Amino acid sequence: MDASEIEQMIAGGIPGAQVEVRDYTGGGDHFEAVVVSETFEGKSLVERHQAVYNALGDAMRARVHALTLKTLTPAQHANRR
Amino acid sequence: MADVTERIQSTINGNKIVLFMKGNRSFPQCGFSAATVEIFEALGAPFETVDVLADNEIREGIKRYSNWPTIPQVYINGKFVGGCDIVRELYESGELEPMVKQAAAVGASK
Repeated sequence: MDASEIEQMIAGGIPGAQVEVRDYTGGGDHFEAVVVSETFEGKSLVERHQAVYNALGDAMRARVHALTLKTLTPAQHANRR
Repeated sequence: MADVTERIQSTINGNKIVLFMKGNRSFPQCGFSAATVEIFEALGAPFETVDVLADNEIREGIKRYSNWPTIPQVYINGKFVGGCDIVRELYESGELEPMVKQAAAVGASK
């Protein structure tokens, strides 16, 4: 599994999301993702992470060992810069 | 399956703060579990841990329980708070400490 595959799955499950995924060990199973979406507005962190996990479906359970997640609204993302 | 859910529920309801993790607080078996333990130790609140590696039924059951595919998982006052990333984020923003203090205080008054 590579980072771009995960990016596509997350973007497919959360339309309009801006997704950036990095394979931080190079081993194809430990990833770090930043997901920015308007749909996160008013949602708790648990709900945001669940939306990302749902987009990944079975891949999350079977193929990804670790995924460090940062979920932001566009406003939060702008503040980080 | 029903039995697992009951076991999980009684653990969560019987302890103010519970970490479902890989390994135990002295010997965590995963970096994310270790990082989560460190945060709760830094806050100095009493917490219970459940080693999911020692019980496969719990390991799978806890993922279904909160519709959350990863370990560790943290529960405070019976409520699912999140995994390692969320706990770290809440800790860094200062939101976790009052949650933990409040849980400990409720425990003391009983």
